[in-house]
Amino acid sequence: MARVFKLGDGVSTDAIIPGRYNVTTDRDTLRRGCLVEARPDFGQNVQPGDVIVAGRNFGCGSSREHAPLAIKENGVAAVVAASFARIFYRNAVNIGLPVIRCDALHDFVEDGDDAEVDVARARVTVRGREFQGEAPSGVALRIIEAGSLIGMIREGGWAAVEEVSHVS
Amino acid sequence: MGTLAEEIFSRRLGRNVRAGDTVIADVDCALAHDVTGPLAIQAFQALEAPLWNADRVVFTFDHVMPANTVAAAELHQMIRAFAAEHGVRHLYAEGICHQVLVEKGFIRPGGIVVGADSHSTTYGALGCFATGLGSTDIGVVFATGKTWFRVPETLRIDVRGELPPGVSAKDVALHVVRIMGADGADYMAVEWGGEAVRAMPLDARLTLCNLSVDFGAKAGLVEPDEVTRAHAGEHFADVHPIQPSYASVLEVDASGIRPQVAVHPAIDNVHDIDDVAGTPLHEVFIGSCTNGRLDDLAVVAAVLQDRRVHDRTRTVIVPASRGVYLSALDAGYIDTFVRAGALVLNPGCGPCLGRQHGVVGAGENVLSTSNRNYPGRMGSPGARIYLASPAVAAASAVAGEIADPAEAR
Ligand code: SF4
Repeated sequence: MARVFKLGDGVSTDAIIPGRYNVTTDRDTLRRGCLVEARPDFGQNVQPGDVIVAGRNFGCGSSREHAPLAIKENGVAAVVAASFARIFYRNAVNIGLPVIRCDALHDFVEDGDDAEVDVARARVTVRGREFQGEAPSGVALRIIEAGSLIGMIREGGWAAVEEVSHVS
Repeated sequence: MGTLAEEIFSRRLGRNVRAGDTVIADVDCALAHDVTGPLAIQAFQALEAPLWNADRVVFTFDHVMPANTVAAAELHQMIRAFAAEHGVRHLYAEGICHQVLVEKGFIRPGGIVVGADSHSTTYGALGCFATGLGSTDIGVVFATGKTWFRVPETLRIDVRGELPPGVSAKDVALHVVRIMGADGADYMAVEWGGEAVRAMPLDARLTLCNLSVDFGAKAGLVEPDEVTRAHAGEHFADVHPIQPSYASVLEVDASGIRPQVAVHPAIDNVHDIDDVAGTPLHEVFIGSCTNGRLDDLAVVAAVLQDRRVHDRTRTVIVPASRGVYLSALDAGYIDTFVRAGALVLNPGCGPCLGRQHGVVGAGENVLSTSNRNYPGRMGSPGARIYLASPAVAAASAVAGEIADPAEAR
């Protein structure tokens, strides 16, 4: 079972990893900076496999990839949010941090709940109730299948990405 | 046929593309700075591929410049070593990326630019499709010169009429954020138009496109015109929307806009100045990629001329670039600022991101001309950040509290 860390709407990349904690590429420093001011208990209590459940516009603000990296370095199994800010979502997919869009879960779930997360099916079960989320699709799905953007490009360059035109 | 964003992608790809299409496109240049650059370099190195084009890779040292910790100095060293190894010549330690790239001519109408910084949307002021990406995406661009895009739908914003005195592009943008909410333009391009935008000089248009990302937009754009031509010169391209179909259109009446203030803790918690006037201030920060340009400093100098900033209010002024700094020196603005008791710092991001100077403590109120008031952005999460225009900032620095610029005249 995974523990839920519940966060609100509009959690910014400044909250996920403040500017004073990300002047580094050191993964362990980033891990320790994760939510250090917004949720000071996170670092002490998080266990590999736990999940973050958030409201709207998760990861808004700066493009800093340090934010999804810091979450991933803590072993978080998935971030499930009502919606994600564009750059954060793309960054998370690129580095292999699972992200699931799910509107209904946030209202239902409470901080500290036990949850079961099926990343591949984008499904979360809490207190007997199952929530169907939305997994990445299109190019993002290709990247996930390859494990990361770097993995995809190393395998075959941009050839893996299918260009899609909606001819009208 | 299409919106400005669709037209730019269609030109680049040599075929008609529409919103919703997924495309892989060549980019004109790729930016990374002293904080996002090192992760981009690591991503590039993981690909074990040659650099795509040393002349189209740009690094800026601006977020922590000069370095204030050993860790920051080491990131700078890492970028310099990488540049030396790969023959990258475009390294700039003279101001904020988003001002420097415009000044150095990297931004061209009709072009496509990506940067490892969210405010890369700024470049849309010149009719260039520009967006922020993470470091891994930029590392891949370093190797391939390309990235993938989902061609965005467009929100058209027409700003009608004339702005009242003391009201600027910053107020227009905050007014729109107030209407749209912090994620109102998520995944969309925003096309700014209407008489009030046409009448704006480049500096003001840069402010509009800069703040577009702060209500979610993937790109902010202004149609190229004579103002654009004056800056772009021989690189001008006459690209414009042709029978566009917009996802939505917002009409804004410029004449009705009051000076706007985004109040802690969110960019979309926007109020007319009348609601927050009188709030005591411990710090005023004038600068950033939103409002650190010459036109902004001119407004501030006009207010601070023969006045003093309030005793309780540290007033920190940071020109966006060395170019802006030199012009401000020539115009006498810097002299005015120093005599008024303001602290003038070296070009760069300055206090905007709470990492280097001007860091604020718990319980302090800071009014900033930048773009983000998330808790903890400028220092302690216990500080309250108010975002406003240069005119409001200058009037407030003198008053020691949030003040209407109309009353400072
Ligand atoms: S001035 Fe602020 S918002 Fe602009 S690039 Fe620098 S840190 Fe980012």
